[in-house]
Amino acid sequence: MAWTNIVLQGTLLGGLYALFAAGLSLMFGVMRLVNIAHGDLIVLSAYCALVIVQATGLHPLLSLALVVPLMFALGYALQRGLLNRTLGGDILPSLLVTFGLSVIIQNLLLEAFSADSRRLQAGALETASLRLGDQIAVGVLPAIVFAMAIAVIALLQLLLYRTALGRAFRATSDDAETAQLYGVDIRHVFALATALALAIVSIAGVLLAIRTNFDPSIGPARLLYAFEAVIIGGLGSPWGTLAGGIVLGVAQSLGAAVDPGLEILAGHIAFLLVLVVRPRGLFPRLAD
Amino acid sequence: MSLLETRDLTAFYGDFQALFGIDLRIEEGETVAIIGANGAGKSTLLRAITGQLRAPAERVRFDGKPIGSLAPDRIVRLGIALVPEGRRLFASLTVEENLRLGEQCRRQGPWTLERVYRLFPPLARRRSTPAPALSGGEQQMAAIGRALMANPRLLLCDEISLGLAPIVIRDIYAALPGIRAEGTTMLIVEQDTNRALAVADRVYCLQEGRITLTGAPGELTRERIRLAYFGV
Repeated sequence: MAWTNIVLQGTLLGGLYALFAAGLSLMFGVMRLVNIAHGDLIVLSAYCALVIVQATGLHPLLSLALVVPLMFALGYALQRGLLNRTLGGDILPSLLVTFGLSVIIQNLLLEAFSADSRRLQAGALETASLRLGDQIAVGVLPAIVFAMAIAVIALLQLLLYRTALGRAFRATSDDAETAQLYGVDIRHVFALATALALAIVSIAGVLLAIRTNFDPSIGPARLLYAFEAVIIGGLGSPWGTLAGGIVLGVAQSLGAAVDPGLEILAGHIAFLLVLVVRPRGLFPRLAD
Repeated sequence: MSLLETRDLTAFYGDFQALFGIDLRIEEGETVAIIGANGAGKSTLLRAITGQLRAPAERVRFDGKPIGSLAPDRIVRLGIALVPEGRRLFASLTVEENLRLGEQCRRQGPWTLERVYRLFPPLARRRSTPAPALSGGEQQMAAIGRALMANPRLLLCDEISLGLAPIVIRDIYAALPGIRAEGTTMLIVEQDTNRALAVADRVYCLQEGRITLTGAPGELTRERIRLAYFGV
């Protein structure tokens, strides 16, 4: 029973990792852009929510109504104004620029909010739980996070496979030059992809900030989890990303159950094992 | 006023000059063929017309408007659609999704999914198939259909017979009169001179980046074409 509980808790944690990963996967999928600042943007949206909650007294979950559009707009502007200029044949410029962006965001946050660790107060929600039998209980908050992860992934899947914008995303991913021949404005499509990625990032950031403490330096580790979830799941597949997040979450929970010091290491080992057994991930879609 | 007109159009790949002062006119409703050997500059000319190679704006005019400096996605919105050499279908999209990508430029006109399926019945049966699983002929039909879905006034076809069996080429070419009947102007680039002469109202022959011969197919003798084609 204890193990069932551990796997269950790990699965729920995996939902958060899937949210970390979905935006990263979308940006890489559409424009082959590896966003090194992804983790720091998660942290940035957590601070955005913190400022909004402190200024308005909104419940942290309701602050999403403001943080999501804000990060969507930031994403559009960031891609249109900066990142589009780094794209082309070479992958190095975008890596360097987003790496620089990562350093800048961390230091701006440090300047503005100090290195103190913060948390979004969600009141009773933080400790509320549901009993699922004698020995298993599920936290309401982790359950909400998991449900939101599934909702986000499902919507992303619908968008990619059922809408004109999704077709444009996939066609651009296949062959951007040819997509332009049929009226796809790729600079706009790239900007929408980043806007959408940052909207998802902002959900991840707010949920992270309710679930755990954060400070300006924790971004790169979130980026690492996001990378691992994307690679485990297989590039270009939203449901694969969810599976990747869950594998990572369960591995960390199992590691922590054996010895609390093994939590992070167990996640990395699971990642390496998947790389050895299925180098292209569990559910690969992209051919390259 | 011609539908499409290029004036002294030049094109470069780095230091290499691929086109030397091309003057070309296409009237509304015409079917014009461009013939020429490999490397004569036929595809380059189409790349310049569709905006994949930028030129000074005035060098390419469409419906009287200078378009030489516009980006490809703007040019297709004005009504020029290309069937690219080698088809270049989107590999992760189904046949129907490939066709519907032609809707991205939001032009209204006679061409809808139904009409394209009626023109190319094999596509209707394979609408949910991923594009790479199609035969070469079906891929070419899908590529033409995708361009038609943009409802172009001018349809550019780059080597639509390339790599296909003769019987398949015949099927593809059999569809062209139906496209023409909708009033669509066509510019067809071909290495297969006989095919081109059979469908075109006028022919331009390109050799090493220059127009070496032009006229209606009836006016041109095989000898003149051979000379213009190979330069020997």
